[in-house]
Amino acid sequence: MYDIIGYCEAETVSEATALLAQNPNLRLIAGGTDVLIKMHGGQIEAVELLSLRKIKSLAEIRKAEDGTVVIGAMATFTKVFNDPILREVIPILTEAAISMGGPQIRNIATIGGNVCNGATSADSASSLFALNAQLKLVSQQSERLVPIREFYLGPGRVALKPGEILTEIHISPADYQGFGGQYIKFAMREAMDIATLAVSVVCKLHGKTFEEVRIGLGVAGPTPLRCLEAEVYAPGKDVSVESVAEIGKLAVNSAKARTSWRASKDYREHLVEELVQRALKTAIVNAGGEQLV
Amino acid sequence: MAYTVVGKSVRRVDAVAKVTGKAKYTDDFYERDMLVGKILHSPYAHAIIKSIDVSKAKALPGVEAVLTYKDLPRINYATSLPGMIGDVLDDAEDEEERIKFGTAGHPYSLDPSHRDVEDRHILAKKARFVGDAIAAVVATDELIAAKALKLIEVEYEVLEALTSTEAALKEGAPLIHEGRASNVLASGGFAIGDIEEAFKESDHIFEGEYETSIVQHCHMENQTSYAYQDMDGRIVIVTSTQIPQIVRRVVAQALGIPWGRVRVIKPYVGGGFGNKQDVAIEPLNAAMTLAVGGRPVKIELSREESMTDTRTRHAFKFKIKTGINQDGKLIGVHITAISNTGAYASHGHSIAGSAGGKFRYLYPTKALKYDPITVYTNLPVAGAMRGYGCPQIFYAFESHLEDIAKRLNIDPIEIRRKNFVEVGYVDPVSKNKVTSCSIRECIDKGKALIKWDEKKALYKEQSGHKLRGLGMACFSYASGTYPVALELAGARIVLNQDGSVQLQIGATDTGQGSDTVFGQMVAEVLGLPMDMVHVLSTQDTDISPFDTGCYASRQTYVSGMAVEKAALEVKEKILGFAASMTDIPVNRIDLVDQKIVFKHSGESVLTLEQVAMQSYYDLLRAKPITSDISNNARINAIPFGVTFAEVEVDIKTGKIEVLEIYNVHDSGTIVNPKMAEGQVQGGVSMGIGYALSEQLLFDEVTGKALNNNLLDYKLPTIMDTPDIGVAFVENHEPTGPFGVKSLGEPPTITPAPAIRNAVLDATGVSFNRLPMNPQRVFEGFKEAGLI
Repeated sequence: MYDIIGYCEAETVSEATALLAQNPNLRLIAGGTDVLIKMHGGQIEAVELLSLRKIKSLAEIRKAEDGTVVIGAMATFTKVFNDPILREVIPILTEAAISMGGPQIRNIATIGGNVCNGATSADSASSLFALNAQLKLVSQQSERLVPIREFYLGPGRVALKPGEILTEIHISPADYQGFGGQYIKFAMREAMDIATLAVSVVCKLHGKTFEEVRIGLGVAGPTPLRCLEAEVYAPGKDVSVESVAEIGKLAVNSAKARTSWRASKDYREHLVEELVQRALKTAIVNAGGEQLV
Repeated sequence: MAYTVVGKSVRRVDAVAKVTGKAKYTDDFYERDMLVGKILHSPYAHAIIKSIDVSKAKALPGVEAVLTYKDLPRINYATSLPGMIGDVLDDAEDEEERIKFGTAGHPYSLDPSHRDVEDRHILAKKARFVGDAIAAVVATDELIAAKALKLIEVEYEVLEALTSTEAALKEGAPLIHEGRASNVLASGGFAIGDIEEAFKESDHIFEGEYETSIVQHCHMENQTSYAYQDMDGRIVIVTSTQIPQIVRRVVAQALGIPWGRVRVIKPYVGGGFGNKQDVAIEPLNAAMTLAVGGRPVKIELSREESMTDTRTRHAFKFKIKTGINQDGKLIGVHITAISNTGAYASHGHSIAGSAGGKFRYLYPTKALKYDPITVYTNLPVAGAMRGYGCPQIFYAFESHLEDIAKRLNIDPIEIRRKNFVEVGYVDPVSKNKVTSCSIRECIDKGKALIKWDEKKALYKEQSGHKLRGLGMACFSYASGTYPVALELAGARIVLNQDGSVQLQIGATDTGQGSDTVFGQMVAEVLGLPMDMVHVLSTQDTDISPFDTGCYASRQTYVSGMAVEKAALEVKEKILGFAASMTDIPVNRIDLVDQKIVFKHSGESVLTLEQVAMQSYYDLLRAKPITSDISNNARINAIPFGVTFAEVEVDIKTGKIEVLEIYNVHDSGTIVNPKMAEGQVQGGVSMGIGYALSEQLLFDEVTGKALNNNLLDYKLPTIMDTPDIGVAFVENHEPTGPFGVKSLGEPPTITPAPAIRNAVLDATGVSFNRLPMNPQRVFEGFKEAGLI
């Protein structure tokens, strides 16, 4: 039994923002795989829900004329995984999508909900960070694009202002064209689990050197994060076992791991160093480079 | 021996009902105006309730009753009351006058010294673990009940929480149960031979320490029940249990009312694995219905509640000292064990006792000394769980023996072969005799399946960060509890007019498939096709024959004896009736393919249906053919088996992957190979979780569970489970019905030590503590200098 005291549905974004403007107590519900669990566990009570599920336009995934990949916030993980555009241009996101939960959850959970839930363990987050994703936030009055790195404020806290709805996720061509990537979800189980560490790496090569490397980590701190020190180091370095090892080491400096009953700081940092290297080695091959041995 | 139906993979009798959703579980039944019961759990691991105010909760509209320890029946109070047992609830103050009861699913014992420890109240005045039931609400719906729980005001005096056996055993530790001398629930094992002499005789002495973790059953169906008073005022409880007869007795004891005033009904059950061999929610549910004038009240535990507020598996710490000769012959073994039973006794010291008892059969030695103690702590209550102490002790000993083999440079299989039991061995403690044993053949089969020799050679030279290895481990078990406890089973068969039969058993099918194998046994004896045997799956203590229930892997063996006996009696009566109809001497005829035939020619004399019709409607001789028998099995049979495992270890991440795993069982005749295979696969997957990932974790200071949900508790999914190979060495067990021995629990026993030994083979590192999860393995490799 759920403690729901009110429920309304919108069929368009403007209808949703209008309802939200009228009643700031409304809580948005997309797939419901986070919200319902919180209600079931009693963390939120006496809820008035505004469902976005009838806004069909929000479930679309497309490539804009300028090459920007636009992912509707209501696209389910199953849809993200199966989308031919995403599979072709940013497979690190489709791989992240298939690693999430189980089939039933992926069929209902949305990528927008995943991001707005604000968890460091969000399966889509490390890839969206590595891809420099931008989030389109719409309210009745305004519309803005926010880089995902500015969106995550802390555990469960995101930069949504009252009245705002996340409608689309944008990935610019400059951030994916010519890149190869790799996503690794390191978890205790192969399904139905949250990551102990999620690593998403993209790289672009220039001959035998790195042109650009971007590393997104999940569960390496209170929010998803980027390994900027390692990213700054990489450009111009030879694509070699040594430089990859150095990048792995530098990545640890950006992690904000801590000891909990789930894993120790020591182990988490060890995993960051090891898995960043593993992901980068595959990303190099995916970017057209030769396999490092 | 050649059987017609026994030994065939016939379809489960409940397969269609379960797949189509027609099979009704407790939650599928509705009573009109059913109320909802919810429980207030203690937030403290060890605390005395100073005051408890329920007035606000009671005032909430929709709340029908609020119960605390003050409302519980007092000793010697209720039994004198006539008629209205609702009066057993009153509100006297003193806790000590409240009835205490034991909850373990053991048969009652006429010997008071052999009964379970009675240390529990329906609702506690002193909380002994985080989750202890303090108060309960009955309301018209779940949300109101949940709100009412928040309105109960409790003032606690918080005491030191003893969250480990070390803390509980420390000199001067506070007592978890007042009136006891210490926090030791019980101690005592056995001694065979002179252990010190044996050590003196031995060429080598080895010592080791091993530790297992607290895990949970995670049956699909959480504990669910509903209770009401019928028109005679009796309490009826429909519940998801393995042991309806014991639930009936314990509820009556907990309320202090005559046992006949309670009726328990068990519909289909979604798994128990021992957790439902205990009486967890039914006494409270009975008290709830009494508190609302007998109206129906339902309790359905959440997963979080089920994981910490019912039962868990005992964590053990072992110290083993072994004397062995140069050639690998075990001379003397001394095992000491500390078992953590948590806040209440439940099955208590029986688990430690069973571990030692079932271990004794595998490697008889000149001297074996077993010194276990069972200790109370302020953690959730440990009870029965598949294997009943054996996954713990075999993990410890099979790890220990592997280390010894490595040190002595003896092949790990050879060292075991040197020490295995022989047929004819009589256990000096139980006097049970090993009447069949195929452990050696099981090993041959397992070795071949995993390609042991080939892979051992292949993995000698390995490099890189992924290493492979092979391991194995063996076990012995039992087929029931004899001679420790009563092994009584009942069966009733009725021949219908059309020549089909109904079979009623007191034994409970909780998903493992016992209904089907009993049906096969009846079909075998009576020469019937399976669709002419109607098995009543529901047990009802008012109606079903008496049987102590589903535990100890006892039913196919023990209850099977009763079923066979009942079927033989019906057959005898059918032939007798046919003889009286035809005047053919009874020793000349037989029952084959639903026909009465001449033995010498097979020629048909009558159809079974003709006999059945006459038995109902012949104006002179009519007497329906039935049997209603009980069997007291004062015997036991020892099953054996082995797990072979191949692993790949990622040295850098600490992840262990089981590449191949095979369980080979000596369980006598396999009644239904397909179902037996499923039983083994389920058990092995449980063993893999025990080995690699499962562990209930608690805050060391507060005793609060950290991961009592299925996200954080790492029960393996099907994606984490390799294909599980299953094989049997079928050797007719002379004491069993149709030659069977037990199979229910054994598959869970040896995956953990086999995997542990395979990791040792791959990496050279001994992991002597479960589970071997990546964090632990990382630490182990770091310590060993591999990282």
